[in-house]
Amino acid sequence: MVAEASEHGRLDHAGTGMAKARKHSSPIGPLASTGDMLFKYAVMAVALFTLVLVWFLVLMMLFEAGDSIAEFGGGFLIGDVWDPNREVYGALPFVFGTLLTSAMAILIGVPLSVGVAIYLSELSPPWLREPLSFLVELLAAVPSVIYGLWAMYALRPVMVDTIEPFFKTVLGWTPFFEGEPIGLDKFTAGIILAIMIIPTVASVSKEAMMAVPLSQREAALSLGATRYETTRMAVLTYARSGIFGACILGLGRAIGETMAVTMTIGNANLISWSLLDPGQTMSSLIANNWGEADGLQLSALIEIGIVLFVIALVVNVFARLIVGRFMKAVPTTGGGL
Amino acid sequence: MSGIAKREEGTREEGIVMPHKGGRAGLMIFAVLAVAAIIVVAAIATGMLSFGGEKGTVTLSGAGATFPMPLILKWADEYYNETDERVQVNYGGGGSGAGITQIKDKHVDFAGSDAPLSATESSTFGLVHIPETLGAVVVAYNEPSIADLKLDGPTIARIFMKNITVWNDPAIGALNPGVTLPTDSITTVVRSDSSGTTFVFSGYLAKVSTEFDTLYGQGKSVIWPDAIGASGNPGVTQTVKTTAHSIGYIELAYAIENDVPFAQVKNHDGNFVVASLESTSAAAAGVTLPAGDGDWSQVNILDSPGANAYPIASFTYILIYKELYNEESEMNKTAAEELVSFLWWAVHDGQEYADELHYAPLPASVVEINEATLESITYEGATVR
Amino acid sequence: MNNFKRRKLVNMLASGVALTCVVLAVVPLIYILIEVVRIGAPAIDWEFLTSRTKGTGEPGEGIGNAILGTLLLVGYASAIGLPIGIFTGIYVSEFGNNRFGETVRFFNDILANFPSIVIGLLAYALVVDYMDVGFSLIAGAFALAIIMIPIVANTTEEALRMVPNSLREGALALGVPRRRAVMRIMLVNAKAGVVTGSLLAVARIAGETAPLILTAFYSNYWSASPFEPIASLPQTIFRNYNSPSEVLLQQAWGAALVLITIVLAINISVRLLMRSRTKKSKAVKKTWLTRLSLRA
Repeated sequence: MVAEASEHGRLDHAGTGMAKARKHSSPIGPLASTGDMLFKYAVMAVALFTLVLVWFLVLMMLFEAGDSIAEFGGGFLIGDVWDPNREVYGALPFVFGTLLTSAMAILIGVPLSVGVAIYLSELSPPWLREPLSFLVELLAAVPSVIYGLWAMYALRPVMVDTIEPFFKTVLGWTPFFEGEPIGLDKFTAGIILAIMIIPTVASVSKEAMMAVPLSQREAALSLGATRYETTRMAVLTYARSGIFGACILGLGRAIGETMAVTMTIGNANLISWSLLDPGQTMSSLIANNWGEADGLQLSALIEIGIVLFVIALVVNVFARLIVGRFMKAVPTTGGGL
Repeated sequence: MSGIAKREEGTREEGIVMPHKGGRAGLMIFAVLAVAAIIVVAAIATGMLSFGGEKGTVTLSGAGATFPMPLILKWADEYYNETDERVQVNYGGGGSGAGITQIKDKHVDFAGSDAPLSATESSTFGLVHIPETLGAVVVAYNEPSIADLKLDGPTIARIFMKNITVWNDPAIGALNPGVTLPTDSITTVVRSDSSGTTFVFSGYLAKVSTEFDTLYGQGKSVIWPDAIGASGNPGVTQTVKTTAHSIGYIELAYAIENDVPFAQVKNHDGNFVVASLESTSAAAAGVTLPAGDGDWSQVNILDSPGANAYPIASFTYILIYKELYNEESEMNKTAAEELVSFLWWAVHDGQEYADELHYAPLPASVVEINEATLESITYEGATVR
Repeated sequence: MNNFKRRKLVNMLASGVALTCVVLAVVPLIYILIEVVRIGAPAIDWEFLTSRTKGTGEPGEGIGNAILGTLLLVGYASAIGLPIGIFTGIYVSEFGNNRFGETVRFFNDILANFPSIVIGLLAYALVVDYMDVGFSLIAGAFALAIIMIPIVANTTEEALRMVPNSLREGALALGVPRRRAVMRIMLVNAKAGVVTGSLLAVARIAGETAPLILTAFYSNYWSASPFEPIASLPQTIFRNYNSPSEVLLQQAWGAALVLITIVLAINISVRLLMRSRTKKSKAVKKTWLTRLSLRA
């Protein structure tokens, strides 16, 4: 929006009627020559590539998953057994694992991220803002396999020795903390996911907060509000849809994450509410079993991929609808900015 | 990306670049050079190395069992030197299941598998079995307070079925008289990928425990109750090493190489036996083997009789096509010859590396069967060797 | 004024909590960097960087083939992905104010949010299996290129939108053909954004692991043929992260150090390059924030 608004503004100021022209196929008038037409169609052909690619790939996946879809039908989604020996495949344990670990990531990651965003947008001294934002964004640049390596040897001992025993003592009576602290479980996977979504959620939330008009803050401050009250009443209220969108984007990232989860979740194909039990997510199942799958199992794995794709798609389209209201560009890449 | 958007506002304020001026050409040149450099390196490297390839380098690719992987990688390395860096053997691991899938799809030239193919599988696909070494699966544990754990088949089965969940269970106590067992609960560690090690181990458990047989059965992947899954023998080894109070099943070589303690197992004759090269070979002493292209699915040295025979032992196989030419893999004649030469070398000279890596060398009788098998391999109908 | 004191206290507490969040968020990054350097650095020497992986865990192994493999994968992927991404961006920005443009943009967004493992699945289905190329450098590069395209397209589009319309108008008014106006004037003015996007996309795919497991597989040799399996740094890490062998585990950390150095170097240099160009706009932002902090 930052971008678009300023450009539209420019057009309006120019007042040359160009804004109207933009509605047509090109921003400025018709194309001049054959060369230009050729250029346009060449560029268009390239642009068509992604479009065709996505459709082609989706169709290809449906085709490859055909056997599994024919065999299990809708029961695939609620089947809770994944047994290559008997050739019975169900997606439930993995959908469960994905949703549970992603929910944990959101539960832990979002409050942290919003805190970070508030600090960066409202509290930080100006000279510190940019280096800090940069550090947070660098978190997104670290390859996920390195997160996994780190989680295995640095985070896991902390989980086993300190964090998991603590939660077990305090919340051991709930079904969520049964079993022994092993460190290769849904808890560790959830924590590493939380760390990984922070840069996405924090930077989008920060953008949302910084887009809040200064007048909102000034109004609150002039009524004698403290900075905390200003943030709560003026900034957070105003930016809440953006922050919500940021959370959904973070959720999308958590759902699709593969390597770090595969390396920490313990890889057990079972449904268990205890965070101290190992589990499996859709993506970790694919990564773990890809090499050896054939026939019906391969087909079932691809169907898992489709389920993952659909969930990720719904989440992202949803996020886009919300975020798109106030901000055009959203970091979709986790690539550093 | 919104970050970029914002930054870009600056561009506008700073002025506009017309093409002839060059403007911040430095940045542009830097970036173009960086990308170009990557592409050029790519092109040159591709050129150099693939020209090298035309001088007669042959790449043989294999995938599958991680059980014999250290040995096969060692062979690959030695053979590469032996052939003056002419023959590269790429062994990708990935588990026996992966190996079988990939050789069926003709993505690899040979597969490693700890589980033999079924009779129909080997005849349908025309694959032959070449047992390349013998291995033992040991029950490794991480419970420092127990120096010398003794277990029997049914107890192991109950531990992995989660019927026994604590170390001081009476069943374990009965097998380890005089040992003070800790009260910790047992964490079982299993293979998350489909594997021949699991096939051998679950085969043993199914043989000694009817309950295990009915509930779980033998397979390359088993639905273990409530266990941590780790990928490959290395993964299980490392997970057992780093997880207190855990128990898992791994190939003997991994346990010895990495100083992981493992249990003595009560054998068919009622003796507690430590897994070793000798006790593994002892398990194979009395077995009769079919020809390479015959039905190997019944070959089994689990729970073999013999005073010193270790009960969880198995051959591990290399699978190749009997007729090496096919349209899909387009393997050429040179590669076919090199593949057979490599395997010939592996079952003869290669066996000397078995010992140092804790694999049991093949008995002479098995080497003879392998010779016959390799001599029967054809390329477009003509024998290769 | 008890109420006022309480409010001030809450205000301070809240600030403290926000600051704690920042610290908690930054700690993992610092911790990861420290660990990777602490464990990885001792592995690094000339031999380690120039020898190939063997997988046997004997001393004398290196990661040279993995470094080369990553360069090759990134190089091939860039050769495929950058032009497609940039031209898609050009289309959407310059000709895309219609339904087709919107559709392309939407599909790009979808593609950008594909879990990368699913992209690996797709590349496997198409290149490895259907086209029967087998596990190969080119299959891996194809998967990585698909990941690049939407990133590059989005940043190119953004960058082109930033170019003042007056430039476009001016060029066309002077009778410059449309294609030349786009390629020689628009693109040149948008180059910083395009370059940034491209570099970030390169940094992103250099660390991708999941799609490579399914497509490029691995090779312990100095392979560079587009049609053979190939080693890469992320895969070296993944293959050895859980290895009981000290040598191989060390190899994983060494590879992690090299990889994180490459990725962070790209990110940081992009940021530094951008910084020098944004002083002015930052100054504008500073004013109101400074004002705000004076008030509160």
